[in-house]
Amino acid sequence: MSEDLISRVTGVIAKTQKIPPETVTIDKSFEELKIDSLDGINILFALEGEFDVDIPDDAARGIRTVREMVEGIEKLLAAKAQAAESAQ
Amino acid sequence: MTRRVAVTGIGAISAFGHTYPDLWDGLAAGRSAIGPLTLIPPGVLRFPNAAEVPDYDPLRHFEEKQAQMLDRFAQFAAVAAREAIKASGIEFSPELGERTAIILGCSGGGKATEDDGFHHLYALKEPRVSPLTIARAMSNAGASRVSFEYGITGPVFTVSTACSSANHSIGQAFRMVRSGEVEVAIAGGSEAPLSTGFLKAWEAMRVVAPDTCRPFSIDRRGLILGEGAAVLILEPVERALARGATIIGEIVGFGMSSDAHHITQPSAVGAARAMRAGLLDAELAPEAIGYVNAHGTGTLANDLTETEAIRNVFGTHAQKLLVSSTKSMHGHALGAAGALEAAATLGALQCGLIPPTANFTAADPACDLDVVPNVPRPAQVEFAISNSFAFGGLNAVVVFRKSV
Repeated sequence: MSEDLISRVTGVIAKTQKIPPETVTIDKSFEELKIDSLDGINILFALEGEFDVDIPDDAARGIRTVREMVEGIEKLLAAKAQAAESAQ
Repeated sequence: MTRRVAVTGIGAISAFGHTYPDLWDGLAAGRSAIGPLTLIPPGVLRFPNAAEVPDYDPLRHFEEKQAQMLDRFAQFAAVAAREAIKASGIEFSPELGERTAIILGCSGGGKATEDDGFHHLYALKEPRVSPLTIARAMSNAGASRVSFEYGITGPVFTVSTACSSANHSIGQAFRMVRSGEVEVAIAGGSEAPLSTGFLKAWEAMRVVAPDTCRPFSIDRRGLILGEGAAVLILEPVERALARGATIIGEIVGFGMSSDAHHITQPSAVGAARAMRAGLLDAELAPEAIGYVNAHGTGTLANDLTETEAIRNVFGTHAQKLLVSSTKSMHGHALGAAGALEAAATLGALQCGLIPPTANFTAADPACDLDVVPNVPRPAQVEFAISNSFAFGGLNAVVVFRKSV
């Protein structure tokens, strides 16, 4: 989990939630950040745009913390890189 | 003045076909009309299925010039209203037209019309949109169309409260007939939400199931959008009897509430208050109710919350209630949902047959009511309620009685 990735994900969360970026740290839960279900899908939408990935509903459903969100994006980016590699 | 209110006509256009018998026969057979979405090109959306009105050709119902003036949702309203009025046997004189209300629910209005107009503007870079766009897309276009066709010059309006639109409309119409404010009411709802732009917005909400609608099942994955319309003709029981009309059933109560809680998350407290208000209005004890046509969208949150609300209102009687979600068969038609479900509930009371919750796989312990899984259930029920709970926390519950 790179610092750059963490910073991009937390940046998207902060921007979407309209909260200061320093409040969004890797160990925070969505509950602590007052992210409800509608905020959650709004964040997923913003992250899909930021990273040019599709986040499937089933993968997204169980995510409750910033760390899980970063790990999820990391997995999707790895799968995307692998797909691009095998396409070459 | 308080009058008993009869339903003397029903019309419906739905994923089962273009008439109320098509809808009822499908529901009574426990058959789901959910299938592949054909109105949108494949590959555009994450979900492939919907409950589309089959074989819909506007020219079967309208002259070409009329069809051009009407968005699909307004056409559906007129098609269902014509069937309901014909079934009721009412002929509208100018005097009766003045004493008649039309109240039709619609959530989104002419979404396909707007989508098409804005596609020309933004994608095709054309500098203009059709001058018919406003008249086609406004949410009251269906109610207005029906008023033109029958010369209805009394109170005519549209209620837009998302998924509760039709129940709010039927409930308001019921009260206007009950109080004597009008002699006849034409009430229900219509919706045609299956346009690319609007469905993309639903896709982003992540509440549409990738497979089908399985209300109250452990593996439910969301709702399935549907389209159509249903219309009821309401008049005083005395008037119906005097003219020898067939009384299909009665509406005996209406309850409303607002959660004042969250724009999308449902609240069991608010839902329960609407059911209680409906029972109070009908002067019924909870034990009088035999069937609940649930809001039952098939989302994780709704079905859980609705079960909790039903348990809260009905207590130990909840064990005896038959509860089904017909959205599992006709889809979630948003502003038409309550109207299709009113038609389903009246059919259940009239025929002594409870339409099931279709596509049911396995019970969710958190939704532990008798949800009439998959198989229609013969049952003589005198009183039933139909629930609608909308985004925005707006709840509307209509109470029905079997014709006696």
